Amino acid sequence: MATETHDAGHAAAGPAMPQLDFATFPNQIFWLVVTLVVIYLVLSRVALPRIDAILSDRQGTITNDIAAAEDLRTRAKEAEAAYEKALADAKAEAQRIAAEAKAEIQKDLDAAMAKADEEIAERASESEQAIAEIRAGARDAIEAVARDTAGDIVAAMGASADADTVTAAVAERVKG
Amino acid sequence: MGKAFFWVIMVLVLISGFAFAPEKAELAIHPMDQFIVKPLFGYGEVGAFTITNVTLWMFFAVLAVTALMVLGTRSREIVPGRGQSVAELAYGFVYKMVEDVAGKDGVRFFPYIMTVFMYILMANFLGLIPSSFTTTSHIAVTAILGFGVFFAVTILGFVLNGSKFLGLFWITSAPLPLRPVLAIIELISYFVRPVSHSIRLAGNVMAGHAVLKVFAGFAGALGLFAFVPVFAVTAIYALEVLVSFIQAYVFTILTCVYLKDALHPSH
Repeated sequence: MATETHDAGHAAAGPAMPQLDFATFPNQIFWLVVTLVVIYLVLSRVALPRIDAILSDRQGTITNDIAAAEDLRTRAKEAEAAYEKALADAKAEAQRIAAEAKAEIQKDLDAAMAKADEEIAERASESEQAIAEIRAGARDAIEAVARDTAGDIVAAMGASADADTVTAAVAERVKG
Repeated sequence: MGKAFFWVIMVLVLISGFAFAPEKAELAIHPMDQFIVKPLFGYGEVGAFTITNVTLWMFFAVLAVTALMVLGTRSREIVPGRGQSVAELAYGFVYKMVEDVAGKDGVRFFPYIMTVFMYILMANFLGLIPSSFTTTSHIAVTAILGFGVFFAVTILGFVLNGSKFLGLFWITSAPLPLRPVLAIIELISYFVRPVSHSIRLAGNVMAGHAVLKVFAGFAGALGLFAFVPVFAVTAIYALEVLVSFIQAYVFTILTCVYLKDALHPSH
């Protein structure tokens, strides 16, 4: 295109495309080789080993951390199991103690019940005896009243009967 | 915020269009001037050891590579910061490429391939700085890279495999009558490799930069309507950022492919 008029200072020579100006090739090639060698040295001596070390370090750290996490998890599980076991033991112990206490109480209760039953039976027999006495007393009294009344009735009817006969008859009737 | 900024820029563009409109709009576009190799100090002939703008920008490329790969990783953190992340990313990217394409036994050539990749990448990116010089836009540079890879791979192929390396051209899976024909085609394509390998890189970079310059020239000529080419330049610049990386990647992966041929010449 238009390199001929413009910028005549350093573009006077050379074709329209500076890329095809072969006079500059040795310069470019020389500096390119220098550049590539320097970059190669920087990369292969410093940068690449360092990044490689960083990456493997990180991999190691990650592996270690995962192993540590696994270990911690195992330990947590063990702790949980131990806790569960302790809880179960405590429960069993508590049940045993409760059962023991219950049995003791039952024993005391049984004893108290037996004693109470005995007392009740005693009282009941006493009462029965008293009732029997009262009943016997009542029968005697009825007999006496009946005898007297029968004697009085016989006398009032004008008949006479001796006391033994009346007594026998009343006794016979009362019994019947 | 973004919208306000956008409108401020628009107003500035309009004002500058009025204020700095060239008296005589002309198409004084010199898109190739940016590629001129010239001495850094004074004028004169460009000898082999003259310190030129090529020297300067290659030196910047070395600085950039060193800054990223050495300074970026100096603290060797287990949990990396930004710089170290990028350095590790570049390392892993190229390492995996070499391992996947060239195979496990290609890994011993990883430092060389990394050197080529980092140089091309940094030179391309540095070339995108306005008014900089792009060393990878020159055939001389990319041809040295391309032919360097070509000769290295060819010599390596013969050293490692002896005459079996020629099996690369004698395709035993094809029918016998076809083999000589295929051998000729394979031979031609093999020798064209370094040419396409180097011209692809230089051509892409040069074309992109020339287009940027042309559009920038339009901006100077259009005065008030300069914002149209300015937006175009912005868009092309974004594309060039992509091309810078992609060309470095393409050059590197092709190097790996050629290396694979040298290590395992059987198809």
